[in-house]
Amino acid sequence: MLNYLWGVMILIGIAVAAFTGKMPDITNAAVDSSKEAVTTCITMLGIISMWTGLMKIAEEAGLIKVLSKKMMPFLRFLFPDIPKKHKSLEYIATNVIANIFGLGWAATPAGIKAMEEMQKLNLKKDTASKSMCMFMVFNMSSLQLICVNLIAYRSQYNSQSPSEIIGPGFFATFISTLAGIAITKVIERWYVK
Amino acid sequence: MRLMLLFSNLMVPMIFVFIILYGYSKNISIYDVFIEGAKDGFKTVLQILPTLIGLMVAVGILRASGALDIFSQLVSPLAELIGFPTEAVPLTFMRLVSSSASTGILLDLFKNYGPDSFLGRFVSVMMSCTETVFYTMSVYFMSVKVTKTRYTLAGAMFANFAGVAASLWICNVIWK
Repeated sequence: MLNYLWGVMILIGIAVAAFTGKMPDITNAAVDSSKEAVTTCITMLGIISMWTGLMKIAEEAGLIKVLSKKMMPFLRFLFPDIPKKHKSLEYIATNVIANIFGLGWAATPAGIKAMEEMQKLNLKKDTASKSMCMFMVFNMSSLQLICVNLIAYRSQYNSQSPSEIIGPGFFATFISTLAGIAITKVIERWYVK
Repeated sequence: MRLMLLFSNLMVPMIFVFIILYGYSKNISIYDVFIEGAKDGFKTVLQILPTLIGLMVAVGILRASGALDIFSQLVSPLAELIGFPTEAVPLTFMRLVSSSASTGILLDLFKNYGPDSFLGRFVSVMMSCTETVFYTMSVYFMSVKVTKTRYTLAGAMFANFAGVAASLWICNVIWK
């Protein structure tokens, strides 16, 4: 995907510059942008490392396990087709909690395990089951409580208050997740036999 | 709406207090664990760096050539009709396709308009409530060799759309 996207973006840029007469700016833009990527990453090194350090304490103290258990009643509502105490529910819970805390590296492996377990329950192996569709929509509706990367980017570009977007971001995330669950439940009910 | 900003200010300190106290209550040597976790974060960021360089260069070239401005002008009549910030249109589409490319565009917007402008705030909120739908779907479904994804894409697009609309609404309420 990016193999096409990246090349095409640059080629379009240079082609447009040839028409707009901005060719001299292209070299500067390329050089400056690469430098900026490095300075941005230096800011991120601090903020992201601080956050992952903090989250490691939560993980090590068993907080993720405790929260996963608390989620079970809600997961039973989302995935009525999965039998109680099935392994996939555990993996889904870990994936969701890890996503909420922004632990991407812990979220993806658990999510893939969840898909594998759901595939075992799936009757038509090439077609997504109801549970898989719900899991994917839920997962992709964005669950992250605090987007630490964004705070890092904002602070890198001299925001007066990098964290002011946490509250509004939380609200918007809540709405998108709610909308995702609602539409999937509606589709399940009216469209799927 | 001041409550919302108060929430923003209190969230991080509260997470600190909660996690530290929770760690003590479980007898964890919290500082050692923190260092270990911070190392993981360090590695993650270093892994992002090459991608970020590649994509920021591409977006930088697009911006310098005037291509992004031309695109904005093309879509502006439609965007203005629904009250959507024109400059945010490329980001909104790219967000669905690639996480690193959308980060490149986001940083370009921060640089040109400032993170504290209305546009800067809006794209910040929008980025935090949307997800790289196409990429995520392909990774997860490919792992179990499912090819017929049924209504997954429709549901995810709807959720993302709702998130974008909610972001625009809340930013208008708080900052306009």
